[in-house]
Order: sequence, then C-alpha cells, then structure tokens
Amino acid sequence: MFLELNNVGKTFKDKEQGEFEVFSDIDLSIEKKEFVSLLGPSGCGKSTLLSMVAGLEHATTGSMSLEGHEIKQAGPDRGMVFQQASLFPWLNVKDNVMFPLKSTMSKKEAEERADHFLKMVHLSRFKKHYTYELSGGMQQRVAIARALAMDPKVLLMDEPFGALDEQTRHILHDELIKVWQETQKTILFVTHSIQEAIKLSDRIIVMGTRPGRIIADFNVDIPRPRSRSDERVIQFEDEVMNLLKGEINKVLKEELTNEIEYSY
Amino acid sequence: MKLNILIKRILFLVAVLGIWQLIFTLGILEEIIFPSPTSVGEALYNGFTRGDFVGALGASFKHLFIGLFMAIAFGTILGVILGKSKQADETAGMYLIAMQSIPSIVWVPLAIMLFGFSEFAVIFVVVLGGTFVMALNVRTAIQSVPPQFLRAAKTMGTSGFRMFFRVEVPSSVPYFMTGLRLAWAFSWRALMAGELLSNGPGLGYSLAYAQDYARMDQVVAIIVIIGVIGAFADQLVFSKLEKNVRSRWGLA
Repeated sequence: MFLELNNVGKTFKDKEQGEFEVFSDIDLSIEKKEFVSLLGPSGCGKSTLLSMVAGLEHATTGSMSLEGHEIKQAGPDRGMVFQQASLFPWLNVKDNVMFPLKSTMSKKEAEERADHFLKMVHLSRFKKHYTYELSGGMQQRVAIARALAMDPKVLLMDEPFGALDEQTRHILHDELIKVWQETQKTILFVTHSIQEAIKLSDRIIVMGTRPGRIIADFNVDIPRPRSRSDERVIQFEDEVMNLLKGEINKVLKEELTNEIEYSY
Repeated sequence: MKLNILIKRILFLVAVLGIWQLIFTLGILEEIIFPSPTSVGEALYNGFTRGDFVGALGASFKHLFIGLFMAIAFGTILGVILGKSKQADETAGMYLIAMQSIPSIVWVPLAIMLFGFSEFAVIFVVVLGGTFVMALNVRTAIQSVPPQFLRAAKTMGTSGFRMFFRVEVPSSVPYFMTGLRLAWAFSWRALMAGELLSNGPGLGYSLAYAQDYARMDQVVAIIVIIGVIGAFADQLVFSKLEKNVRSRWGLA
C-alpha cells in the first residue's frame, strides 16, 4: 500500500471540557496516483486527519505510513495546500515557489523547477509579483506550484478552493485535474462540497460526525471531464447527499439542544 | 488634491505668522518674552551661517545615532528572547512595560550621577528611551507570526534556525518597523531631555544656553528646528517605511 492509516484516532485534551474524541479507529489505504477526496460535514475531523498525514498533528492512537515509512513529523515528501494560500508576503511569486527548494538543490536547479511549475499553473507572467498583487485564485495556484515543486510523494489539499468564488473554483478544478494528470501525483483532497468531490476524485471517502468515522467509500467511475449536468453525476450526488443528510441533521440537532440548555 | 493640501498648509502657516507678527506689532508683550517672526528667522539664519546650530545639530545627531543604534540592538535581542521564551516573558515581560512607562527625563539625574556631565550620560538616556519600546514591539512581532506561515513552512521541511531566520524574522518586519518608528520618537525626546541638562554640545544644550542669556529669538528658533526634524523624520522616513512594508506584507 502506498499511503496507509491503521486504527488512527485523535483525542484533544481540553482543560475545561475534558477530553474530546474527534475520531477513532480510522483505517484507510490509498493507492499511488489516486485522487481521493475526504468528504464530510464540519466537525467530522477530516481536516484534522489531513493535518495528521501532513505531520502537523500527532495521532493519539494508531499509525500512519507512506511507502512503508512511518509518518512521525512534517516533511517535504508530503506537500500541503491550505485553505488560505499561506504564501510568504516578503517573497515574490517565484521565490515563494523556490522556498522549499533552496536547501536541497542549487539555485539554478531551483529556478528551473520554479519556472516549470509556474508555467504548469499558468502564472509565468506573474513571477516577479508579490502576493498582495494576486487574486485569491492566483494565490492558490502559486501554493499548488510551491507544493509540487518539492516533488512530494503525495499532495495534501485542505479545502483549497473553499474561499474562492464559484467561477474561479470551476476554473481551478479543471486546472487541478490537468496538473494531476500531468504530474501523476497522489492527491488527498479535503472538502465539504459533494459536487467538488464528485467532479474531481477517483474515490470519495465519506466521513460522519459525532464521533468522526468513515461511513462510506465510493469509487467514482465516471469518465473525465465530468459535467454537472451529466446524469451519472446527478445520481451520484443524490446518493451521497442522502447519506450525509442524517449526519448534518445530527450536528444541527446537537447544536440546537446545546442552545436550549444554555438558555435555561 | 495633493497640491490643494499643500496650499492649505502653506496658507495656514502664513496666517499663523501673520497673527504672530500682528501681536508683536501691537506691542502688548515685551520683546524679550515675545520675539517677532523676523527676529526668529534671523536667529535661524545666523545660527546656520555662523555654524552654531550646525555644530549643535551634528553633536545631537551623533548622540542620537549611537544611542538609537544601541537601543535597537538591545531592544531586538530582548524582544526576541521574550517573544521566543514563554518562561522569560512570564517572568520579565511585565517589568518591561513598567520600564517603558518611565519618562526618559527621569533617567537624567541617574545618568549624570553615573557618567557626570558627559556625552555618555546623554547617550545613556537615549538608549534607555528607545530600548524598551523596541523590545515590546519585537516581542509582539515574534509572538504574532501567523501560525499558518509556520504550518506551511513545516510541511516544506523547515524547522529550527531556518524557521527562525527564513520565516519568523521576515514575518516580523512590519512590527519591527513600528518598533523602529517608536524607538526613534522616544529616543529623540530622550535626547532633548538629556541634552537640556548636559554641558553640551547639542541642540538641547544650545536651547538651555539661549535661555541662560535670555535670547528668546534663539529659544524659539531651536524649538522650530527640533519640531521640523521630528516631523520630517517621522513623516518622510519612518511612517513611509512602515506604510510601504505593511502594504507589501498585506496588512494595510
């Protein structure tokens, strides 16, 4: 197996509220070159799970491994793209992409790589620009180029298009698919949008909440490019929606009862 | 629009000078306590052409630059220690605010007792004037590095010293600039306080000297110089620098 999660669990310790279990016993294996979405309502722990794969959070229980190597901390073999682009404002676009390369290769090599990946995301013209001069969508493309430039084994994406407007999001979906096909990277993509998951992925892992757990694992066998009006896409959407309805209601109900308890 | 503002400012200045001249001409106050704008202008002209003010300015800037440089260095070191170590901040952070709240002029007697009426004493006061405000801002700078930057850098394999110098330091630059501007402002005030009570040379000393000889025209002339330098340094150097940095760092 390429990326493997065994019995992974996460519990946060809080001084006031005691222990809070986000999820437990998550088992998941992902093949090389697969595009996998983690889909679920807020609070299911999908972002936490991704952060753990990135090495930014520690697993309370269980173990994770990438190509047989245990994941213990963050490393350049796992590139991450966050919801906020998190580019460094003191560096221009090209220097941002070169940031992770400077310690591992010569300047010339790093520059060539940066140029290559900036071209891939169609931002060659903006090499010398600073981040405040870029739109949100452009910033995310730079972030993708930056993560890819490290040549990671897996690309982790945490709702990367969540903060963008609808149109930009659609454009970036198409770009991401092209980039994925070109680089043949394994992608683990966190989203709460059913449509986004269906449009992009080979496989969708649906997570439920309270407690967080995997409730379904779908393969999306619809040829790309996928159109929203495609009947198979619509059917798939309904299926996943019905599955998630119960979970979303559960969250709403719990929030409502909390509210009532507080108001007394 | 820009020209408009400039015209308004010039007109205002002309009006103030006019009223000043008017009061002088009416002769309500004696000339020794109320000099005319022209005599102040003359004092300025003479001061610069004869070189008295030039020498005093040179000496003041020497004190200021040495003192400010040391204040920035000490303040940065102190601020980084407090910003990086929670232990140090909890222990000493509060005292830093206490030290910052002491007006610089309070240090003058102490400085004179330690170093006599020397330039050392003046520089000492300038250093104390700027260090704490610099330290406070650098501490804030280090503490407010966006966690998002640190997380992103971590996923790119950055840690330890590289994290500090390639992420935390550049990310701190906007607060550092604010620290710089405030350190300058506090040091400048401290410098004048120190020099007023010193044995010269320096602008503050010239001011006290003019007072001793009841030269109101020179007193006002020196106050004008001090005000102009302060305004120029703040508006043309430090505020501008700070604003540029903030907009590039996406904070403005």
